[in-house]
Amino acid sequence: MNLTLKVWRQNGPTDPGHFETYEASDVKDEMSFLEMLDVVNENLIADGHEPITFDSDCREGICGTCGLMINGQAHGPQKGTATCQLHMRKFHDGETVTIEPWRAAAFPVLKDLMVDRSAFDAIIESGGFITSDTGGPRDANEILIPKTAADTAMDAAACIGCGACVAACPNGAAQLFTSAKLAHLNLLPQGQSERWKRTEDMVETMEMFFGSCTNYGECQEACPKEIPIDFIAMMNRDFLKSKIKNRKLQGQR
Amino acid sequence: MTATKEPPAITPGISSPTIRKPNRRSTFAIIDLYKSSVGKKWIMALTGIMLMGFVLFHMIGNLKMYLGESHFNEYAEFLRQLLVPIIPPTGVLWILRLGLLAAFALHIQSAYALTRINRKARPVNYKSPRDYVAVNWAARTMRWSGIIVGLFLLWHLADLTWGWANPDFVNGNPYSNVATSLDRAPVAALYIIANIALGFHLYHGAWSIFQSLGSMSARFNPRHNPIRRGFAAGFAILVAGVNITFPIAVLTGVVG
Repeated sequence: MNLTLKVWRQNGPTDPGHFETYEASDVKDEMSFLEMLDVVNENLIADGHEPITFDSDCREGICGTCGLMINGQAHGPQKGTATCQLHMRKFHDGETVTIEPWRAAAFPVLKDLMVDRSAFDAIIESGGFITSDTGGPRDANEILIPKTAADTAMDAAACIGCGACVAACPNGAAQLFTSAKLAHLNLLPQGQSERWKRTEDMVETMEMFFGSCTNYGECQEACPKEIPIDFIAMMNRDFLKSKIKNRKLQGQR
Repeated sequence: MTATKEPPAITPGISSPTIRKPNRRSTFAIIDLYKSSVGKKWIMALTGIMLMGFVLFHMIGNLKMYLGESHFNEYAEFLRQLLVPIIPPTGVLWILRLGLLAAFALHIQSAYALTRINRKARPVNYKSPRDYVAVNWAARTMRWSGIIVGLFLLWHLADLTWGWANPDFVNGNPYSNVATSLDRAPVAALYIIANIALGFHLYHGAWSIFQSLGSMSARFNPRHNPIRRGFAAGFAILVAGVNITFPIAVLTGVVG
């Protein structure tokens, strides 16, 4: 299979950037999208050109490091799949594939297809944790958790923080990421003691960087873990409650 | 817990993007809420419910025109005389009008503020053609349908409340005003176009309310989710559809 690649090249955060066209020849069906880029890069290096910079780590769809806008779709055409798990059999011979980095004010391009996602770290740092007691290990199943709550929390915890939701959102909003990170703690007993402070802090930190939700649902379609926007509804409800409850905690202000 | 918000620690790196300054928390939760975009969505949803209530009852009231001139004018007079022995004439009407005015102002202000936030959050668009996967046409054109409905509303008031746009306007006879105004084909067309825009606006708005108010999501309340899309579609078709029959009825001579 031979493909024509239109790849975004940007030499640093301040460079305006441009598309460059490359020919990817003899692409195998079984290759992943990143392996295809690896082959293109090897040829670029052999020809004395600078290789295309892109993020990747585990390449098994669980770390959230990779992420490319492929033909205008976050993580490419296959639903529920990260870029590293996208195989070239999804493309056909002679196709022109356009590859762009995630675009959002909160995700500045560092180089070529690599963006800085430290805004996500800021959201996690502001409340994405629980207070746990130290000491001896607890017995398993000491805290009983309803099955539905555990399942729903697990669905939210599937978020790998790749940023596809922000990339797919026309508003550059991180509601799906933040709501998933809130829900997987807020639904469990261990997350209750900081629930309202966590919600207030994480939502307000999110709003420093990202846009707002227009209920388009693009994020849940782009999400490689298929996290539903129901969690955004839960976040909206919890945020309002947090505004009231946190004040009560401070002594009925 | 501290009352003022500390800026979050951001790992120092090559770039540390921030598009908005952290809000200093206010003493009043309601002000705090309005400063946040999630809170503005609450305002959008709550004022949206008020405006939906208005368009629904406006449509129901207008159905009286099919019963004839006396019924329609009596209903208009009834609205002015609501709770009259207790409250002076048009008193309740003015309270409702002020409430609607406030709802419109908040709805428009929130929409404007959210749009500005969103434009700032995505300053550079994708250079490749962008395929929207999930979003429907109604949702993507919310701003335009909102502007069309808003401008139409001003015309509608000038036409049938103040009478500036209708040379045959008779104060106190709404039935004849509706008939003489909608008898003009371009005006009838304008009413139809504006109601189609209203229908699309309601189709996305009525669905979004559930999401913004954080209720009835599939996972947490599975019983209600199937009715969510149905409710939005039904409400939009009911209100816009019935409203569109009025100019058609006048043009075809059923009313007037």
